Amino acid sequence: MAGPFTRLISGRNTAVLLASLGAGTMATGFLMTENNSLVAEAKKMLYPPSSDFPDLRKHNNCMAAALTPAVYAKLRDKLTPNNWTLDQCIQTGVDNPGHPFIKTVGCVAGDEESYEVFAELFDPIIKDRHNGYDPRTMTHPTDLDASKVFTPSHDLSLPGSSVHLSAAPTCVEPYFSFFPVSVFLLQITNGVFDEKYVLSSRVRTGRSIRGLSLPPACSRAERREVERVVVMALAGLKGDLAGRYYGLGDMTDKEQQQLIDDHFLFDKPVSPLLTCAFMARDWPDARGIWHNNEKTFLIWVNEEDHTRVISMEKGGNMKRVFERFCRGLKQVEQLIQERGWEFMWNERLGYILTCPSNLGTGLRAGVHVRLPNLSKDSRFSKILDNLRLQKRGTGGVDTAATGDTFDISNNDRLGKSEVELVQLLVDGVNYLIECEKKLEKGHDIKVPAPITQFRK
Amino acid sequence: MAKNCHNDLKMKFSVDEEFPDLSLHNNHMAKVLTKEIYEKLRGKSTPSGFTVDDVIQTGVDNPGHPFIMTVGCVAGDEECYEVFKDLLDPIISDRHSGYKPTDKHKTDLNFENLKGGDDLDPNYVLSSRVRTGRSIKGFTLPPHNSRGERRGIEKLSIEALANLDGELKGKYYPLSGMTDAEQEQLIADHFLFDKPVSPLLTCAGMARDWPDGRGIWHNDNKTFLVWVNEEDHLRVISMQKGGNMKEVFRRFCTGLQKIEEIFKKHNHGFMWNEHLGYILTCPSNLGTGLRGGVHVKLPKLSTHAKFEEILTRLRLQKRGTGGVDTASVGGVFDISNADRLGSSEVDQVQLVVDGVKLMVEMEKKLEKGEAIDGMIPAQK
Repeated sequence: MAGPFTRLISGRNTAVLLASLGAGTMATGFLMTENNSLVAEAKKMLYPPSSDFPDLRKHNNCMAAALTPAVYAKLRDKLTPNNWTLDQCIQTGVDNPGHPFIKTVGCVAGDEESYEVFAELFDPIIKDRHNGYDPRTMTHPTDLDASKVFTPSHDLSLPGSSVHLSAAPTCVEPYFSFFPVSVFLLQITNGVFDEKYVLSSRVRTGRSIRGLSLPPACSRAERREVERVVVMALAGLKGDLAGRYYGLGDMTDKEQQQLIDDHFLFDKPVSPLLTCAFMARDWPDARGIWHNNEKTFLIWVNEEDHTRVISMEKGGNMKRVFERFCRGLKQVEQLIQERGWEFMWNERLGYILTCPSNLGTGLRAGVHVRLPNLSKDSRFSKILDNLRLQKRGTGGVDTAATGDTFDISNNDRLGKSEVELVQLLVDGVNYLIECEKKLEKGHDIKVPAPITQFRK
Repeated sequence: MAKNCHNDLKMKFSVDEEFPDLSLHNNHMAKVLTKEIYEKLRGKSTPSGFTVDDVIQTGVDNPGHPFIMTVGCVAGDEECYEVFKDLLDPIISDRHSGYKPTDKHKTDLNFENLKGGDDLDPNYVLSSRVRTGRSIKGFTLPPHNSRGERRGIEKLSIEALANLDGELKGKYYPLSGMTDAEQEQLIADHFLFDKPVSPLLTCAGMARDWPDGRGIWHNDNKTFLVWVNEEDHLRVISMQKGGNMKEVFRRFCTGLQKIEEIFKKHNHGFMWNEHLGYILTCPSNLGTGLRGGVHVKLPKLSTHAKFEEILTRLRLQKRGTGGVDTASVGGVFDISNADRLGSSEVDQVQLVVDGVKLMVEMEKKLEKGEAIDGMIPAQK
């Protein structure tokens, strides 16, 4: 009748320890003060990695695709300097098998070092999610120079341009064969959309404060420190960026109502993708919203990332939105650097954020755009795919569109710079609008050739 | 489970910086936890790596309700009740009517000591049920255990339960393996438990890796049921329609003792000590972990002005027929013992049997239009 347990716990030194794990408080008292590492070792022997390997047979997420028993065995007992483990990274992916149509990432980082310590799992996930980007061999370009977008001197065929720009003419060619030259020039020089179609424009990203753990792992003190650092920096913003902070736990009912009306307020996460990744702990402690007086620059503190930075306005002036975005980000970075802090960033992965899907630029540039005719065309999805754009409902991720208005934004985050991605979005949205106009007049449209990825 | 996150690095922040904001909270943990206690305990961890922050997380995340006082903390392993006694002893005292750290708890699973209980009027008492929980020594508890441990518990449980025979002979249905037909049957029998949605449980980490290692066992007669790896390692339930609580309790005691024998043979007996009785995940279930109760029709008594007072004096509590946190339907209430720690299983079931008998008599009197003031009992 002896099962595997009696076999393992009999006749060895560890048996004494293991028995005393259940022997009661006196033995435990001794154990606790002297031999925590011995207990941990005994436990590892009793539970080899194979006994802990998750059941992922019904799962459809990037983590489940990448995690093999061999990788798990190698990484299970490793720790980041913050004592964060692999099991904690993957918990959200184990708990959320995913959807046959939507492939979620299924893991999070607890700190900057997670991406290094657990690289054998994160690298293939990053490759999967970011179109083959290989962090071991490639570098990510960061470019927050807003003046590079939409200017006449932005000559896409110049030698010496970033290799990624060579992708752009492929996007442009279909226009050439299709639209009058003037339209082509308009699209490149302005980055201001036709407001008959584009209702609002928005660019968001995230930033993490180096030296503090990320939302899945942070203690209350660390989270409060993030809040302190960021709020102090934001207090230094001036002019059109001057604004105010509203702590989630401290705001008055009136303030709360105003933030709801402005669509600024974020609430305690209910998505199990986030709650299973421990991101809702201690809510609403040290969470808050900062925005400028003009309500065009907004920062979320300690929601899914240390900070989410959002520039937005009604209408189609993406040029101004992006310009303010870059300016604001640079100023905030300067202000925290003055106090000895910096953002998490490296040249392999760009800006480090909680979810691997947001690495690189962490940038989602998008518009709310009316496309009543195009959205009914069977080629709509293919056109979006080829333009490297995605559609969402106007409530954001995982919402359905209301009426004919869609949230259209860039798909990619890593491997292309901020400037490149915003240019891509601008070009793409203009193309969609032209398609819409064509369809309005009863003319036919063309599916553009796919934009190539970064060079592998 | 490895040494828990942050134990060392958190210590570089001061107590004030780490102490949770409990200003809006109403639970036992929030009432008891002071900065002094937190300072004393924050540097400690149990051998398996559970820390005071892990203990209190569910209480921090769930401020509670002005009317309902939740516990607000959980144990991650047996040793928590020792390592964090400065926090847990006062909580236990608060929750269990002043139970002192020096008190001893009496265990009595001898069903023959129960007097009566076989004559509750089935016209009023629709069903009878006794449940408890058991934790298996040598494993950490649901808030903390790894997948390997949870599967180990499941494996041991399957072995133990497979040895039951006679009226207790039954079958195990793992949550992840059951067929649609089996699932529908378990739902129809009201046996199936689902992934916890209550934030009280999810914030304590108890839903991790669902449904891995979870399952339901029941005997062929459908009168004895065991839940594996839900909120505790084991939840053991004996039940049947009608009012024969004596029979329910007999089966309960017999079944428990048989299961315990088999676990002991594997050197994995139940967690128990003479101060706290049976060790379970939530401090509210220490002692007997026993909730013995009935579904009883009390449409008139339940609207009587003294209903609550009668329940209190009888040391009973009411719930809706959906269980904890539900409302009653059609005047039918779930009436069960309020105590868990400081009195034995026999004592607690006796209170239910005597109390329900009295309340049914009161209901009958009220039906006839008679007063019940003379029947109201003294505080038990």
